Amino acid sequence: MEMPVPDAAIISGKDRIVARLVAALPPGTVISDPAETLAYECDGLAAYSCAPLAVILPRTTAEVSAALKICHEMSVPVVPRGAGTSLAGGATPTADCVILGIARMTEVLEVDLDSRIIRVETGRTNLAVTGAVEEHGFFYAPDPSSQLACAIAGNIAMNSGGAHCLKYGVTTNNLLGVTMVMMDGTVTEIGGAYLDAGGLDLLALICGSEGQLGVVTEATLRILPKPEGARPVLIGYDSNEVAGACVSDIIKAGVLPVAIEFMDRPCIRATEAFANAGYPDCEALLIVEVEGSPAEIDEQFAIILEIARRHDPVELRQSASPEESARIWLGRKSAFGAMGQMGDYMCLDGTIPVSQLPFVLRRIGELSDEFGLKVGNVFHAGDGNMHPLILYDANAPGQLELCEAMGAEILKLCVEVGGCLTGEHGVGIEKRDLMTYQYAPEDLEIQMAVKDVFDPGWLLNPAKVFPLGASAARRVAAE
Amino acid sequence: MRPETEAELAHMIADATGPLRIVGGGTRSFGAGAGEALSTAGLSGVTLYEPGALTLVVRAGTPLAEVEDVLAAEGQRLAFEPMDHRSLLGTSGAPTIGGMVAANVSGPRRIAVGACRDFLLGVRFVDGMGRVLKNGGRVMKNVTGYDLTRLMAGSYGTLGVISEVSLKVLPIPRACLTLALDGLDDARAVAALSRALGSPYEVSGAAHLAAGHKHTMIRLEGFDASVAYRAEQMRALLAEFGDWQLEEDCTVWQEIRDVTALQGGGDVWRVSARPTDGPMLAARATGADVVYDWGGGLIWLRVPVGTDVRAALGDFAGHATLVRAAPEVKARLGMFHPATPPVAAIEAGLRARFDPRGILNPGLMTPREGAA
Repeated sequence: MEMPVPDAAIISGKDRIVARLVAALPPGTVISDPAETLAYECDGLAAYSCAPLAVILPRTTAEVSAALKICHEMSVPVVPRGAGTSLAGGATPTADCVILGIARMTEVLEVDLDSRIIRVETGRTNLAVTGAVEEHGFFYAPDPSSQLACAIAGNIAMNSGGAHCLKYGVTTNNLLGVTMVMMDGTVTEIGGAYLDAGGLDLLALICGSEGQLGVVTEATLRILPKPEGARPVLIGYDSNEVAGACVSDIIKAGVLPVAIEFMDRPCIRATEAFANAGYPDCEALLIVEVEGSPAEIDEQFAIILEIARRHDPVELRQSASPEESARIWLGRKSAFGAMGQMGDYMCLDGTIPVSQLPFVLRRIGELSDEFGLKVGNVFHAGDGNMHPLILYDANAPGQLELCEAMGAEILKLCVEVGGCLTGEHGVGIEKRDLMTYQYAPEDLEIQMAVKDVFDPGWLLNPAKVFPLGASAARRVAAE
Repeated sequence: MRPETEAELAHMIADATGPLRIVGGGTRSFGAGAGEALSTAGLSGVTLYEPGALTLVVRAGTPLAEVEDVLAAEGQRLAFEPMDHRSLLGTSGAPTIGGMVAANVSGPRRIAVGACRDFLLGVRFVDGMGRVLKNGGRVMKNVTGYDLTRLMAGSYGTLGVISEVSLKVLPIPRACLTLALDGLDDARAVAALSRALGSPYEVSGAAHLAAGHKHTMIRLEGFDASVAYRAEQMRALLAEFGDWQLEEDCTVWQEIRDVTALQGGGDVWRVSARPTDGPMLAARATGADVVYDWGGGLIWLRVPVGTDVRAALGDFAGHATLVRAAPEVKARLGMFHPATPPVAAIEAGLRARFDPRGILNPGLMTPREGAA
């Protein structure tokens, strides 16, 4: 993955930059010792790393503002960072950048159960947001699989999803307001504890903008009452086509499961060897989870089972207890770990129209043969959000490049069938140079024009999202 | 002007020499001022509908009623329950998909499933320079690049003229029940609605008509046994407020959706606020007729002609939109709530990029500068 050539003038001016930041911020806020900045050299896309010039870890919005103002004045690029769990390289540094980490800002600022909102500092982890309200029977719905570690700031930057977004939506559907610091240090409030922010939908622009428009330090989030219960049913089929048809029929029937997860044979076998969850050895496995009271779950199960049987399943297992539910979920939740046991892997997240599932799975199988790399598929089938895991050997020369080339082919395939490059992980650096497959030059131009409005100097996370060639003129002009 | 294709639309905008007034069905004419009318009516028709994938792609000028018929034939619908503005605004004509999206029109079910913008998967539009642009697509999850799709929802035609949209649709539930109770004052009613919305029983409507019988309503939808079960649980949960009646006829929600209680004379304001602030805010608008939706978070106020409701409300978290008033009142008070200086600057910057010549519905959303 290519990165821009770092600005030598900034690197050589490090002492001056650090001195100004240190002078303006409380002790312990600025890290500039190379031994310590190394800890910030990469995020979840660990194949790419580069230690930043310095790291700032502010404790307040005012400190974020002061830091950004200085970086703005000195034209230093800033890469915002939540918990550093991005799989797309959203927080990958450059040698001439300052990392602005929000991890020390974790406070709950307000809980209003009657209005069903919580306001938090955005360094708080996703799971800790639910943790702040669950004793009252509420939860925060978006649940990316990294939810134990990932920060709300990163969730907002990447518009994160999760397994349950089929019913509850992704971050943008649950974000009501933000306090955002612009690159020049201006602090602004958008939206709040009400369902529609006024004026143009700036919240929608900010959510998913990958830290390129501003640094969100506080967020007002919707919280929801916890359902009475939830139970899954496991369905096995001998063909991906049939499993895909079953998914489509369930959705059409009016059942709104919270999750429909799909695993293919390579993934089932890897998982069984690893976690021994008792899955059948079949071509495609579905886990469908529904919510409600015991009777409501049974009512929905009856409909789902009737549809499932129509498609002649090889396995049909409905959970009647928490133990059985845990067993059904065990394999799914171990899937990434199981694939990881088999080697290094790259996880993609292209999204496709549900109707294209069988075709796309078949093509991925063919690409696997062509490239000689194994692929397991485990994904959110209800909304067509694929997660092909391509296995490779990071120590073998050329394998990473081969894996990336195959990944690119899969993502192009997703776009060709009417889908998109990324459903929930974001573009980052990983899919940056594939953007031209989804968007025409003018479609990218208008998006970059949006960044011009928020960050005219192109200092915030400048080397992300847009193909380097497309953004070059703006980044150079800004220097 | 009435383009028949997206390409024609692009040419017309590129060649325009003065302001354009974008018109869909003309039912939500919120007071767009001068300019040559540009109708999207010629851009009509469903281009793709996959019931099994819950996706619909439709051109902007397609009448909403036509879309609803197509969906109903497959047992599906636009779940965000778009309001029909005709009775409130006294307009005629047929609402279009483009107008609905441009104004981000939602209804009572917004509290449960989201707004129009939450169901918008992708958009094609022509900007103020005549460039044909697209964003998003037709899949449920998409974080590829910036979300200009939702930006277009609620931009009232000021950033571009929408030519085609993709929408997520949902199945129509088999059963619907309404719990209703008369006589609660505003604060008690909102307290009851908060309790209901904080329960696990999946409320899809929570409204209170403050005038007359002081009618409070809670809607439950889903499968038969489930709805019946939740209704009983809810009656027990809310027993301290009174003896809630169960009504199987859910058509009353159309009246909430369209705010029919406030049709006729007077100005109508739409206030978006923290739900528990609703009664306090409504009280500040002394003498107003009040309809609460969204559990108290959406407050419709009918006030005497020319009343400055924003001045009456004072400083609060939320915003007030002047939906129905004579042009001179709208000109004096402004339709949209003033923005803070940083937000106004961002909005002005976006307009300058999307419509550098300032010809698309000029003045409809601006000025918003000035207030804090």
